[in-house]
Formats: sequence, C-alpha cells, structure tokens
Amino acid sequence: MNGRKLWHFHGGLKLDGHKPISMQSTVEPLPIPPQLVIPLQQHIGAPAEPVVSVGDKVKKGQVIAEMQATVSAPVHAPTSGTVTAIEERSIPHPSGMSAACIVIDTDGKDEWLDDRKGHSQYHLLDPEELRILIRNAGIVGLGGAGFPSYLKLQPGAGKIVNTLILNGAECEPWITCDAMLMQNRARDIIDGLNIMRHAVHAGECLIGVEDNKPEAISALRDALSEDEKQYIDVVAIPTIYPTGGEKQLIKVLTGKEIPSHKLPIDIGVVCHNVGTAAAVADAVIRGIPLISRYVTVTGTAVAKPHNLHALFGTPMDFLLQQCEPQEDKLARLIMGGPMMGFEINDRQTPIIKTTNCLLTMQQQDITDDQPVQPCIRCGQCAEACPAQLLPQQLYWWSKAKDFDKVQDYNVFDCIECGCCALVCPSHIPLVQYYRFAKTEIWQQERDKQKSDRARERHEFRQYRMELKKKEDEERRRKKKELLKKTQGDKKEDDKKSAIEEAMARVAAKKEQQSAAPKNTEELTPAQQKQIAEADARRERINKDEPES
Amino acid sequence: MLEAIIVLTLLAVVFGLLLGFAAVRFKVEGDPVVDQIDSLLPQTQCGQCTYAGCRPYAEAIANGEAEINQCPPGGETVIVALADLLGVDAKPLNEEHGEAKEEKTVVIIDEQICIGCTLCIQACPVDAILGAAKQMHTVIKDECTGCNLCIPPCPVDCIYIKPVETGLKEWKWPLPTHNEKEPQS
Repeated sequence: MNGRKLWHFHGGLKLDGHKPISMQSTVEPLPIPPQLVIPLQQHIGAPAEPVVSVGDKVKKGQVIAEMQATVSAPVHAPTSGTVTAIEERSIPHPSGMSAACIVIDTDGKDEWLDDRKGHSQYHLLDPEELRILIRNAGIVGLGGAGFPSYLKLQPGAGKIVNTLILNGAECEPWITCDAMLMQNRARDIIDGLNIMRHAVHAGECLIGVEDNKPEAISALRDALSEDEKQYIDVVAIPTIYPTGGEKQLIKVLTGKEIPSHKLPIDIGVVCHNVGTAAAVADAVIRGIPLISRYVTVTGTAVAKPHNLHALFGTPMDFLLQQCEPQEDKLARLIMGGPMMGFEINDRQTPIIKTTNCLLTMQQQDITDDQPVQPCIRCGQCAEACPAQLLPQQLYWWSKAKDFDKVQDYNVFDCIECGCCALVCPSHIPLVQYYRFAKTEIWQQERDKQKSDRARERHEFRQYRMELKKKEDEERRRKKKELLKKTQGDKKEDDKKSAIEEAMARVAAKKEQQSAAPKNTEELTPAQQKQIAEADARRERINKDEPES
Repeated sequence: MLEAIIVLTLLAVVFGLLLGFAAVRFKVEGDPVVDQIDSLLPQTQCGQCTYAGCRPYAEAIANGEAEINQCPPGGETVIVALADLLGVDAKPLNEEHGEAKEEKTVVIIDEQICIGCTLCIQACPVDAILGAAKQMHTVIKDECTGCNLCIPPCPVDCIYIKPVETGLKEWKWPLPTHNEKEPQS
C-alpha cells in the first residue's frame, strides 16, 4: 500500500501549516443561533427559488428553495422555526454584495421533518436514483468551489471512470475541518465513497491525504474493511501547496494531466472532497440533507481556535464568539485560507455550504500591504506556478487590458492559488490581476452576446419595417389598380355603349334612307296605275326642268 | 520586336482571363470588412455617430467616410478595437457625438404617466418596448440598449434613464490600484 508510485506537479510551495492550533480540542456542535440567514445561492450555478413564504413554519430538513436549473442545488431548512423574511442580506462573496436570503427565526426545538427516509441498502439502488437522492439533498462540492455534486457523478454517455479520487489533501495553511472530519467520521467518508463508486461504476478508489495529517490517514485506514482494502487505497501524499487543487491532486496520484479546457472525467477520473463523501453518506443512508458542516475558526486573533459543527445560515460572529475573539487585535476576518480566501467585512455574514474556515488575523500578520515594486523579471512566479503558466506574461497583458493575449496565455487555467504572488519579490498582487482579467473577459462575452442580440433584433425590425413598407405599397398599388380597373371598365362600357348606340342610330338612319317606301308593296292595280302616273309625271317634270 | 509584342499581349490576355475567372469564381458576397467593423460596434443603434445605426456607420468607416471615434457608447474600447482592425492610430473620442458613458444605462417607463401613444415604440430600434395604442407601455430591460432614442418623442416625459442593475454575476474584480515605485536611476 505504501509502495504506490506518486508523481509531482510543477511548482508549488512548502508553507507553514499552522494546523495543530485548531486541532487541540474535539469538534463541538454549535448551539442553535436565534436567527439563521440562508442565502439562495451557496453554490456555482443558478440561485435556488424559494418555495416558502414569510410566516411559514418550517421543520429541520424541509426544502425551502428549489433548484430551477441543471447547474443548481436546492436549499433546506437547517433547523425548525419560522420564515420571517425573504430579502437581500450580506453574503460571503469577495464583492461584499448582498443577495437574496431566507431568514428563519429558530424555535429551538430542532424538529425534524417526519418523512425522512434512508437507504442503508444503497448498492441495490440504480445509479440514477442515487444521483437524484444526492441532488435533492442539495449536496455541492464542500472543498470550496461548491459545484453541484450530482453533476460530477454523471459521467455521461461513453465516459468510463477508471479512478475515483477523494480529496483529503486540505493543503491551505490553518484549515483543519477536513482533517477533523477524517478523524471523526472516517467510516461515513468510506460509505460515501462506496456510494459514489456505485454511482459512477468506478474501479479503483484513492483517498489522497497530505502526510502532515497522520491521524486522519490512520483513521481512514482503520475504517476500511478487508474487502474494501482491495479497491480503496488511502494514499499519504507530500505536503506541498496546492496539492488540494483537483488537477494537482490527480497529477500526484495518477500521473495524468488534464488538458486545458477539459475536465477530469475526460481522462477517466472523478474527484470529490472528503466532506462531500460524508454528506453523500448522510443523504443516502440516513436521509439527512446538507444543512451543516465543520468549520475551522482559527488564526491569531482568537484565543480558542477550534473546529465547530455549524448550521448553514449561522452568522460568522456567532462562531467567533464561541472561540473567544480578541476584539482589540482582530484586524481582518477571512473566509477560507490565507492563500485563496477573501476578506469578510460584515461579521453577520452567514456560514454557507462552501465555508470551510474563518481565519482571523492581527495587524502584524497582514503582509499584502507592502509597497509594490516594478517586476524585475526574476521568473520565480513561473517556477512556483502549479499550472505551468507564465505569470509575468499574464500580468503584463492583464495590466495592459489586452484580454486576447491574456487568453492566449491560458488565464483560464489559472487556479488562483496565489503561489506566484507569494513568491514575488516585488510584492505584486498578481492573482488580483488575473481575477480582474477573468471577470473582464466574462463581461466582454456578456456584452458581445447582448450586442449580438441587439443586432439581431434591430435587423429583424428593419426587415419587418421593410416588409411592412412593401406590403403597404403593394396594397396601395392594388387598390389603385382596382380603382383604375373599375373606373376604366365603366368608361369603356360607356364608350362602347355610346358607340353602339351611335352605330345603331346610323344603321337605323341608313335603313330608313335606303329602304323603298313601305307603301309600295301589295298594291292594287288602281294604285299601281296611280304610282306609274306619278312617276311619269315626275320624269316629265325632271325632263322639263333643264329646259325651263 | 514583333515577337515581344505578341508574347506580352498573349500574357496580358491569359492573365486577364485568369483574373476575370477568379473574380467570378471566388466572388465574396457582402463586404467582410463591414461585417468585422459591425461586429465590434456596440449595437445600441443610437445614431449618435450621425448614421442611421451601427451597420450604416460600419459601412461609412469601411468607405473612409467616417472616423473611428464617433461612437460614444463604445467608448475607448471600441476605438482601440477598430484601430487594431483597420491598422490606423487610435484617437480620443470625438466629443461632438457625445460623451462616453461611465456606466451602462437602460430606460424605464413610468407606467402611471404613460398615455399609450406608441411613439416610443416606433422610436425603439431594437423592439424593446411593449405596448399598444392607448395601452400602457413597458420596457423589456434585458433588450434595452440604452440608446435613449425613445425619450425625445415621449409627449408626457414619462421615460427615465437608470443604471443597469448589476448582480453577483456581473460583479467584476477591480484592477489592482497601487503605485508602483519607479526604479531608482
């Protein structure tokens, strides 16, 4: 088992761990706070939609917000109580902005929903049913990113999972919540791993734990049954920051690298956090949705640093008060670790699914306010970069706002681990530049989409106007034609009839003129004689006239 | 001498035919430069450039009739992109056409005041206003480009400009601000 070959990822740093100080005491369940503020977005993807209204009584484990998109997760009530508001409250986010939250005034009874159903015989369930159970329990990656876990357990058609990895590296200094979880709930983690293995039909399972957590490693190994030892291997890996990065851990354990713009599944690997595995076991075996987690409260400004089992929605200040904060020394509160965490300004901000640590700092610990000097091109950042990027180049182009170039240098492969900024002798806040570039690029993409849509709509409008104009013209033309035609017909008819009438008149006249007198037929001999006499007279007269 | 003339004439005829054939065979429909310019413009269709929309402006730029600095909604970003594309020097925005906006805006109709005259609907270049005669009108805020062309026609002045709402999704990390010490010489 110990003979497993391990690989190294590029760069990385050996950091001072500061872990033991928060591992002195056991994990304490936190008392239920009087009020919980539960953000609708505690994960990557679309926010959940509330399905309760103000005034509703909710029970522990009840769904209070449903997912409306594929990449989303439902939210459950962490304890029983009454919904008193659905409004914008401050949430843990680097922007310090507010977002929609459900506020629950707790009743202290902690009453569970009645129809909770566990499935101890999970191996009899279809993988699809397991995914639905995991999805409905609102489970997201508890390592920090908060990506909905059921999606990562859905390999997709034609994808084979060779290796299922549990990430127990917990490489950031100060944080110990995963270490405590592995010590306390090793069996649940293994159960969760078995469920995930069944869901993705994985072969080999690896649990990667940094070798600065020997208790966690032995706890996990002790929890394995003989049968499980055949396919599950608990691997002690060297303590190098950031081994806990998904790509870095996969490289260390399997030697495989994930190509740019690809996912672990593309190389047959699925990777989950140990906390996620325990949550999966809770959800499938016991029917407990994701409503709480271990949170490390540590740093130099609390007298009693330790891990707490906190309900989501608990104000951070409530956790701090359990650890005897030294108010006069507390200069900065950070959610997450010192490398990748961000500052929290409002201590009433709630704990969410991705809150692994609250780190307190005294003024003397703050190192990022040192004067920034120009880059001297020493190249130490490139040596430290675990993603094998060129931090200097990224820095130049980000600063120059040349975002095409930034993308050419693969800024989106940057995991924002902060190694480059830490080693920089000029104290340049490099990661901030990359974050700036990333969000600017996203903004440009959104703008592009919007302008494309505007162009389409404008062109369609023009087409419609053109069409309308043509139709109008056509209608006008037709109307004109019709008018002309009817008028023309009438005129022509008039003309025709006039001509005909005239013709008829002429014909009648002609007939009148050419016709012999009508009284010349069927005459009696006496009459004939009379006529002959008259004719003769007329002839005589005609003869005489020229003479006279 | 005669041979040379014949040879050159022949060559001229052959190449002429070749070029003529290629011009017909490989004819490019539309003007790709216009398309490229158009794709860089912000498509607000606001007409501040004095042309009837983004595409006519793109055509004018391609024909050399318009400068690249006449688009206030695009601002510096668009000018730089156009300069890059066309291989000319970027220049500051021509203030005659308006000032670059600090933040994106959309318009909103005060539905209490709207009398349903449809004049704004006719003015909107992207069909972002919904309504019918003597019915209330409203702006589809996701489709509004912030061109403000609907404001002048409104007889009751019930259309207002407001900044685009930004949520978590639109939030951007700021560019780090610090003063780099100049190297000592």
